[in-house]
Amino acid sequence: MKYPSWGLYPTVQNEQVCDISKDVFKKSISSFLPRGNGLSYGDICLNDGGTLGLTRFMDHFIGFDRENGVLECEAGLSFDQILKFIVPHGWFLPVLPGTKYVTLGGAIANDVHGKNHHLRGTIGCHILSLKILRSDGQILACSKSENTNLFSATVAGMGLTGLILSAKVKLSPIASSYIDQEQIVFRSMQEFLDLSKESAEAFEYTAAWVDSMSGNTQRGIFIRGNHSTIKKDLAPHSDGGKFRVPLYCPNWLLNSYSVRAFNFAYFHKNIFNNMKSCAHYDPFITPLDNVLNWNKIYGRRGFLQYQFVVPLTDSGIEATNEIFRIFKKYQLGSFLSVLKVFGNIVSPGMMSFPMPGLTVALDIPFLGDQMFAAMKVMDQVVSQAGGRIYPAKDARMSTEGFQSFFSKLDEFRTYVDPLFSSNFRRRVGI
Amino acid sequence: MNVFICGATSTIAIHVARLYAMKKSKLFLVGRKQEKLDAIQKDLLVRGADKVSIFCMDLVDKSKIPELLDLVQKEMSFIDVMLVAQGELGDQKVDESNLDRFAQILENNFVSPGLLLTAFAPLFEKQQGGSLAAITSVAADRGRQSNYHYGSAKAGLSAFLSGLRNRMHAHHVQVTELKLGFVDTAMTTQFKKGFMWAKPESIAKKTVSAIQKKRNTVYLPWFWRWIMLIIKSIPECIFKRMRL
Repeated sequence: MKYPSWGLYPTVQNEQVCDISKDVFKKSISSFLPRGNGLSYGDICLNDGGTLGLTRFMDHFIGFDRENGVLECEAGLSFDQILKFIVPHGWFLPVLPGTKYVTLGGAIANDVHGKNHHLRGTIGCHILSLKILRSDGQILACSKSENTNLFSATVAGMGLTGLILSAKVKLSPIASSYIDQEQIVFRSMQEFLDLSKESAEAFEYTAAWVDSMSGNTQRGIFIRGNHSTIKKDLAPHSDGGKFRVPLYCPNWLLNSYSVRAFNFAYFHKNIFNNMKSCAHYDPFITPLDNVLNWNKIYGRRGFLQYQFVVPLTDSGIEATNEIFRIFKKYQLGSFLSVLKVFGNIVSPGMMSFPMPGLTVALDIPFLGDQMFAAMKVMDQVVSQAGGRIYPAKDARMSTEGFQSFFSKLDEFRTYVDPLFSSNFRRRVGI
Repeated sequence: MNVFICGATSTIAIHVARLYAMKKSKLFLVGRKQEKLDAIQKDLLVRGADKVSIFCMDLVDKSKIPELLDLVQKEMSFIDVMLVAQGELGDQKVDESNLDRFAQILENNFVSPGLLLTAFAPLFEKQQGGSLAAITSVAADRGRQSNYHYGSAKAGLSAFLSGLRNRMHAHHVQVTELKLGFVDTAMTTQFKKGFMWAKPESIAKKTVSAIQKKRNTVYLPWFWRWIMLIIKSIPECIFKRMRL
């Protein structure tokens, strides 16, 4: 596959690609999907049998108000390219997901969130306006005050409401590109929740790595940080010195035993460390970007990611514990499990994933049918607890599941452009 | 710095222009598509360019060249760098017997750059300094059955640049030839990319560096020099049987 998704699953057989141009819709295409850097995990960025419109040449800056931190640029620019430009001027992206290589268009289409959701919400909360190209040739400006419904459908719109040409983003001021960070070990869900609560107001960034294989209690490492007040340096990140996974690792490399061993070693390496240190935003916010093509560690079969959110109630916490129990029962080995408490800031996106509550993201190496069976059970647990699953990470949730998770689906459908489609859209029946 | 770029809407030219913009250069851009030039102009100004002038013209239209000469001289009393970046790969498989398409490939890849360099050469002679640069291709090194239309046009440009370098040496003007291998640009979207494919950002960096170091001919990336050395040394009686 020339243009897979990040999870390398599912595979597609037949995909046309083209670069975006003004007359891209005049060519005869059966269906169209804009494609940024393809960092979504499942099939939301795939369009088997249709056309992918590559946004890579839509990478122009349009305007930059240096005083007020308002950046207008084309949607094909990646966060990596934007940060290199804005950081030396003392500005930062208000929301950064786990990788800098997402494009602005992709970030808006998935309404990405980051380690600071509890204070800043999703990226959609910081988009002042958008310009969208529909398949009938119309270019529509939309914002919270103009074409508001289309704006609300496009933020978290999965690329289905039209091609996002450009956006205006309100940036966050920073005095330093370094983060004063702390790592604290926790040994139970309750300890994690207490740490989250205690850190919510005083820390810009909080998240936790959790050992999903550790049985009845969740142990892990809680990370929190703020832009440094000590090291006042506005150096952006650099490209050099990264490790690149050169080839697909053998499929047997990651299994429930090797992952358990890794998790044990990683946790115990940090066990005596309630560490405080100062690190650049690059390894703090996006550590995985330092291992390029890390998805290849999972082998050619790829992997799945399961991210859900449940309300922060007793039943939500119990649901989370139940999901970890299912994990262990089915021997699914996830060594990149992230835990975070979302805040209350509401996104303008009608299909936006975050809700106030607890979110967990689990990477699952491809193990076959037991994996799909486990995830079906997990879906029910999430649904009963009043939660939902993140489309940007999904490759297998059922139509019924999806339709139960997103109450505004019917309204969203009215804004979907008739020419735009994706594997995800067809699979879940949008 | 004053930088003049022809074929400014091509992927590599855009990235080269961005590097010069970050150095607060003054830029003059020529291309065929007004809308693209407008977008590039805004982008370069945001990135730090001192001033960006644009001129929209068909680069094979000789009649517009006097006007272009005039405008560039008005904007820049001294041109530090002139980069000629236009080109068209075409698809020889489809157009092998198409006489019009063959003529266009020659025009876009050889005639057009040649006309512009011919028109601006006297200006550089008068300046007694500055750098001329043009993009050719490793395909110029030897014609092969799958793309000799493109390859021969670039080969023509390569010989032209060599002669121009010879003429310009006495006038302290450098002529740099940038021989590109596989680069991931708008021209090569449909090709499957492998490890030999270079990114336009890195090619742009090396282009700016080669011009600054006053290199004569550079292969970008470097390993193409050795690949083409091998290709060139295959005896013709063997090469003509190959299907490269």
